[in-house]
Amino acid sequence: MSSPVETTAQNLAADVRSGARSARAVLEEHLVVIESRDDEVHAFNLVLADEARASADAVDARVANGEDPGPLAGVPVALKDNLCTRGVPTTCSSRILEGWRPPYDATVVERLVAAGAVVVGKTNLDEFAMGSSTENSAFGATHNPLDLTKVPGGSSGGSAAAVAAGFAPLALGSDTGGSIRQPAALCGVVGVKPTYGAVSRYGLVAFASSLDQIGPFSRTVADSALVLEVIGGHDRRDSTSIHEPAPDLRSVLDRGVEGLRIGIIEELSGDGLEGIAGDVRARLHEAAAALEAAGATVATTSVPSTVYGLSAYYVVAPAEASSNLARYDGVRFGLRVDAPTSGDMHAATRTAGFGDEVKRRIMLGTYALSAGYYDAYYGKSQKVRTLLADDFARAYEEFDLLLSPTAPTTAFPIGEKTADPMTMYLNDVCTIPSNLAGHPSMSVPFGVGDDGMPIGVQVLAPATGEPTMFRAAAVLEASAPPGHPAVGGSVTGPTGGATA
Amino acid sequence: MTERISRSDVAHVANLAHLSLTDDELEAFTGQLADVLDHAADLEALDLDDVEPMIHPLPLRNVLRPDVVGATSDRSEVLACAPSVEDEQFRVPPVLGEAP
Repeated sequence: MSSPVETTAQNLAADVRSGARSARAVLEEHLVVIESRDDEVHAFNLVLADEARASADAVDARVANGEDPGPLAGVPVALKDNLCTRGVPTTCSSRILEGWRPPYDATVVERLVAAGAVVVGKTNLDEFAMGSSTENSAFGATHNPLDLTKVPGGSSGGSAAAVAAGFAPLALGSDTGGSIRQPAALCGVVGVKPTYGAVSRYGLVAFASSLDQIGPFSRTVADSALVLEVIGGHDRRDSTSIHEPAPDLRSVLDRGVEGLRIGIIEELSGDGLEGIAGDVRARLHEAAAALEAAGATVATTSVPSTVYGLSAYYVVAPAEASSNLARYDGVRFGLRVDAPTSGDMHAATRTAGFGDEVKRRIMLGTYALSAGYYDAYYGKSQKVRTLLADDFARAYEEFDLLLSPTAPTTAFPIGEKTADPMTMYLNDVCTIPSNLAGHPSMSVPFGVGDDGMPIGVQVLAPATGEPTMFRAAAVLEASAPPGHPAVGGSVTGPTGGATA
Repeated sequence: MTERISRSDVAHVANLAHLSLTDDELEAFTGQLADVLDHAADLEALDLDDVEPMIHPLPLRNVLRPDVVGATSDRSEVLACAPSVEDEQFRVPPVLGEAP
């Protein structure tokens, strides 16, 4: 029998439901791994050991009573710390929310717990999910568990690192411009951004409301499929939620890609795009060849306006953020820095509570929405989204799925890109178009780069195209070259210089 | 081409956003915001006069829910999140002028 920290969520749940293993024993094994390595990885802002033990015991009690605790029975899950958990601190890795305990659970948290999952902790992120490296956290950077000198990606770097390190087989993150897919690629795990509206955003602390989506991290494609079936589907508390039940994804995983038409996005993967590394391009073309060998037809195609994605995103996302983050004023929750007048109190609180990247984006957004600039920036960017959606629609007349790299390079050294925000933003060039269009996409690990660190391939689908997307992901998973040896829970394996 | 963002623009925007910046911060942020806006300048070349802005990624229509009484948040729980409360209300410093 393999150790719980090396197996899949599906197998763990099956064992717990059948009584072969107790949820408590599964949890304790994961807590040991967290205890042994999270000091150096810093995936968690908060480990909920006592609460998790109580939940695991409750799951075991239900099994003992002959009840079925659900499809995630006893599976430890880590939650990005921008997902509200009732009575449990939810910080967004910001000083401005330090000490805040939400009076309600996010819908995704309710649904995970109802399915038997055990919440083990809240994971680190770039403050308010603004960043691509999890270095912009008020509580310190998260390190890539495969090489501690490298970033885990971001903004959901804590969740990606938790799964890669074997702290939990599942985690949830949020993805506004690539914040699930890019860290998944850099840590060698699966990460999914669902169709906009497929998963309820109720209880997700808002960054850019028209782009934000919650999605899973896991070590296998099937585990992410399972999580989406649990957390997806209509929620009346999110007005942007799609009025349909979550699609059945696990049943399509073995259908293969015979007859599917798959297009490689030229603008995001060709030699023409500056910054896409040679090893990343090589893995992408091997992935395309694997899909072709499995019966798909593969061709290169053009989605011209993807080249404007980055520019449009860095207007739209900060604009929405500047509006969403206006609520942090020291009145109703979180930090207050006292001052003689309310106006001074707002400014003192926000100045002390927000980090530099958040301030940068609030100011950028305020500028883009201000009188005289609205049409030039925000208005124009919203039109680029239409252009992009039209280009995608044309591509999807010819193709069922599209393919691109997830991130331009493997994980980069901690500190390398913090001085120049624009260099950091370029990390998201391949992932942003799906958010702007509201489409689903996911990153699947596909071998390693010249430095031995993981590389991810991105599968893109049209809105509500998750079932087809998961079919291709399953084929890629089955045909992928060996990944990083440490992913899958080994805590003693070779993991690069600093961890030795 | 839109003019490059100036120090006084950034100071104005910081004021609108209720953020206080030191001189050094103002200098650094001005350069960084200008870099991002320069990147966004590639949008200016696009002819988008006939393109409709995307308001929402999916063609959802607004609907009204039935107006029925249901559970809401507990007032004391919500007030317990606040830094300062008095008589079941949020307490703030004076809005006009200073406290006597």
